[in-house]
Amino acid sequence: MPPRFTFAIPLIAALALVGCAGDGGGIQSQKMAAIKGRGILNCGVDGRLPGFSFVGADGRYSGLDVDICKATAAALLGDPAKVTYRDLSSTERFAALGSGEVDLLSRNTTMTLSRDAPGGNALAFAPTTFFDGQAVLVPVSSGIKSLKDVAGKPICVETGTATELNLADRMRVLNAAYTPLKFQSGDQTYAAYLQGRCVAVTSDRSQLAAKRTGFPKPSEHILLADVLSKEPLNPATINADPAWADAVRWVVYSLIQAEEMGITAANIDAKLVEAKANKNLAQLRRFLGVEGDLGKQLGLPADFVVKTVKAVGNYGEVFERNVGQGSPLKLERGVNQQWLKGGLMYSPPFL
Amino acid sequence: MTSRSAAPPWWRNRRYLPWLVQGVVALAVGVVVAFLLSNLLLNLTARGLLLSWSWLGQPAGFDLAESILPFDASLPYWRALLAGLVNTLRVVIAGLVGATVLGTLIGTASFSSNGLLRGLARVYVEVIRNIPLLLQLIFWYFVVFLALPNGTDAIQLPGLVLAKSGLFLGDPQLVNGVWQAPLRFSVEFGALLTGLVVYTAAFNAEVVRGGIASVPKGQWEAASSLGFAPLVTLRRIVLPQALRVIVPGLNSQYISLAKNSSLAVACGFTDLYSVSETTLNQTGRAVEVMLILLGSYLVIDLVISALMNGLNGLVQLKER
Amino acid sequence: MAPAPPATLRPGPWQWLRRELFGSRLDGLISIALLGFLLAAALGLAKWAIFQAQWTVISANSTLFAVGRYPLEQQWRLWLLTTLLALATGLSWGLLRALPRSGSSGPPPILWPRNDRWAAAILVLLALWRPLALQLTLAIQLRWWAITALLLLARWAAGRWGQALPPLVRRLIPLIWPLLYLVGMVLISGGLGLVQVAPSDWGGLLLTLLMATFAILLCFPLGVLLALGRRSTLPLLRWGSLLYIEFIRGAPLITLLFLGQNILGFLLPGGLAPDRVWRAAWVLTFFAAAYVAEAVRSGLAAVPAGQLEAARSLGLSMPFALIHVVLPQAMRVALPATVGQFITLLQDTTLLSLIGLLDLLGTARTVMANPAFLGRNAEVYLVLAVLFWCCCAALGLGSRALETRLNPNLAPSR
Repeated sequence: MPPRFTFAIPLIAALALVGCAGDGGGIQSQKMAAIKGRGILNCGVDGRLPGFSFVGADGRYSGLDVDICKATAAALLGDPAKVTYRDLSSTERFAALGSGEVDLLSRNTTMTLSRDAPGGNALAFAPTTFFDGQAVLVPVSSGIKSLKDVAGKPICVETGTATELNLADRMRVLNAAYTPLKFQSGDQTYAAYLQGRCVAVTSDRSQLAAKRTGFPKPSEHILLADVLSKEPLNPATINADPAWADAVRWVVYSLIQAEEMGITAANIDAKLVEAKANKNLAQLRRFLGVEGDLGKQLGLPADFVVKTVKAVGNYGEVFERNVGQGSPLKLERGVNQQWLKGGLMYSPPFL
Repeated sequence: MTSRSAAPPWWRNRRYLPWLVQGVVALAVGVVVAFLLSNLLLNLTARGLLLSWSWLGQPAGFDLAESILPFDASLPYWRALLAGLVNTLRVVIAGLVGATVLGTLIGTASFSSNGLLRGLARVYVEVIRNIPLLLQLIFWYFVVFLALPNGTDAIQLPGLVLAKSGLFLGDPQLVNGVWQAPLRFSVEFGALLTGLVVYTAAFNAEVVRGGIASVPKGQWEAASSLGFAPLVTLRRIVLPQALRVIVPGLNSQYISLAKNSSLAVACGFTDLYSVSETTLNQTGRAVEVMLILLGSYLVIDLVISALMNGLNGLVQLKER
Repeated sequence: MAPAPPATLRPGPWQWLRRELFGSRLDGLISIALLGFLLAAALGLAKWAIFQAQWTVISANSTLFAVGRYPLEQQWRLWLLTTLLALATGLSWGLLRALPRSGSSGPPPILWPRNDRWAAAILVLLALWRPLALQLTLAIQLRWWAITALLLLARWAAGRWGQALPPLVRRLIPLIWPLLYLVGMVLISGGLGLVQVAPSDWGGLLLTLLMATFAILLCFPLGVLLALGRRSTLPLLRWGSLLYIEFIRGAPLITLLFLGQNILGFLLPGGLAPDRVWRAAWVLTFFAAAYVAEAVRSGLAAVPAGQLEAARSLGLSMPFALIHVVLPQAMRVALPATVGQFITLLQDTTLLSLIGLLDLLGTARTVMANPAFLGRNAEVYLVLAVLFWCCCAALGLGSRALETRLNPNLAPSR
């Protein structure tokens, strides 16, 4: 019976295809294989935040978050330029990472339990690249001295951020009514603040400082002393690919460790020569991949540290160039100093 | 298979051919859908994000800038989404009324005896229609509404204050540097509403103009020879006839207005889409939130269509 | 001698003004109020544009607005494409004027009719003023002048000798447009020996126009198919098309774009999803197709059923009858609505900025996040509005011109 036969075909075909779609998996990292296969790392960034990720007038990305992308591309693909940047709003970043749209999210993202947990956003966080805290910026002329004074007034905040939740928590503790004006992107948030729509804008302290440098009259705005929350900013990947998460984690550590060992983009070649010549410098030799197979264990080249440091310099250099004294932001190292100097930057041993 | 000698082969048989074509199309669509769905299930399972709706009952943890329904951060997500939906409905209904009034005014202005008015109506339609709505919304909010004066400098009329923080009606008071009043519309609402009304009115004006133009000229001439004033002619004789052409045309404009209200994110208004984006981000439930969003807009569209079809039935010529 | 023109019946400008603006007392009041309002608005705008606005935000970022982050060393490809486009435009324009309309036997065409003289003057003025206003370097200014000169030269040459061309060549000339589109795609994206430029590096006006043309070209055939499906007698096709059209028309574009950007990854196996720029282009295409389908359907409804029946009874096959008999008639009716949809589509590309693509509006938002240009909203949005207005108005004008060209052919048969 022809008609009945034609109806049987779709069923069979559908079943066959469903079966095909079920394969895949495997022990090695699918993500790393996919990135190597396409030869490009897809990196999700903010794109509009000076100091962290920003497109200059020359059309190139720069910033601390961007340098993490570059270092990862250098480690995995051997070339820091092999990155496609994707500007993500705070609301679409997790969906973009989850659906495989980007391989790595390096977009001033706060690590929180619910974002990390498999029952929450199910992300895998790399080490903190910037320890931050949420602060509030107000115009000097407003006469606001503490968060309490903001009660009953509008506050500008970027939607979909941890900032938004912290603000709600804190205002509930203070038992203060307020109006959270939410914007989809940072540029809109600050534009609304500067135009006087809100008496305060809240975000990470570093971000507020960064934005303030660009204000027409920076001295007319002050940061309140209130610290609303801890904001550790971490690069993130997805839980489903632990090998890829490990690789990113140790790429970040390599930058921190390099600073601790005094290795810079300028002296890395000299250090490499030194390590090759002197068999007694076991720690340096392992770190730079002259001996041992640390890189291979991660699925990266043996000398991945050499590549990352050559690409962006050590963590201290990355910091100073993008947000520190070498940048318009001029942020102090503060808690982002090396642990030996009283900060929180601490890399586990490369063993 | 037993084929009779005279009959054409079965694939050319006029009886089977339509079914064959449909079968092939259904097969293609079915295979694609099955393929996509299986991938969706696979990917969601791998990420531990299989469809679930229990998160709707958890506390939202974020506040909303404005809501008619009482809302605070301790209420569950579904209340937040509902508050967003109510805000969307508020702007859509106000927008429908505004765009209809303004559109009718401009549409009838193109039949004015005053050449300048006619020209301006034309210019309005041509300018507004050819500039993207999103651009207009951003312009209204950031350039026009946020340039309003604030605090004591606000525009004050008896019982009405227009400030940067919004429009306050009914005995507004300046308390602690902030205007307070029983009835308040935020500038975000104002910017979105203005943008939607101005944009949609241009399209409505064209529909109205087409409707009036469809009324035979003899109707005007007959009315004026009977001594009707032009405005009365328009209201009593021409518009009722024009409505038969106008109402179906307005339907699609109303639906686009409802959908365009989702551009509220561009000017900071907490509509359904904006709340959904926040929810999606806090919960990671992308697929569920998108389903809710699409379903809500579909229902709004269907309701508008149904109402307009009902109205259409009323204005159409009743023939015995 | 020719009969005297009815000039005496036409009122002089003063009479006209009196009749139109001051026909009655009410009209006079309205006119005075409107004139006052217009004057105040114009003065305010002029004052702002000259004294308050800072136009450096446009000139300093003109490259970013034009092509986004397209690599500097590859931009010669875009110049080449612009040159080719100018040539093709000039040729087509000239030929349109040189060749008499089919069927009509009027006087031989004039080389430069009045409209064309206006258009040419505007082009020359634009070419002279724009590079100076943007403070472009001399090398780039020269390029703009050369391209404009080339366009006008091609227009003149085609207008002058177009009639002398053999008919076969004349018929082949329109084919340069699809060819040019393909060439343009290769030039923009690379391949065939050119360095690849990833879609994520396209931006600004380039991305906006590319997205719009891509979606316009593809949504049209898709829309026609859907419209035919919607009117088909086969229930499965009819219901399928209906379901699709109603679903798309019920959903806001921004949710569909979001779906395409962030949920499509869930639906396809890893790596199979196309680049996000193309994904957005496809979403735009599928979105617009549903609306085009509705426009075409209204056109199809205007074709009497007898036309198809007659064609079928003459022994024409169904597809042949549809393509050669029904669709041409339907399209004449559906043309205005369809072009209206194209204009909407062009405007809808601004929504790409909401999903993080750097189209014209996205680029503008990036530029305004730059501390150096903070608060220059009005200038940027005004320029964008003018740009969009020109593009959309041009499409509308083209549609009206096409309508009038199609209608005279239609008239005699009625």
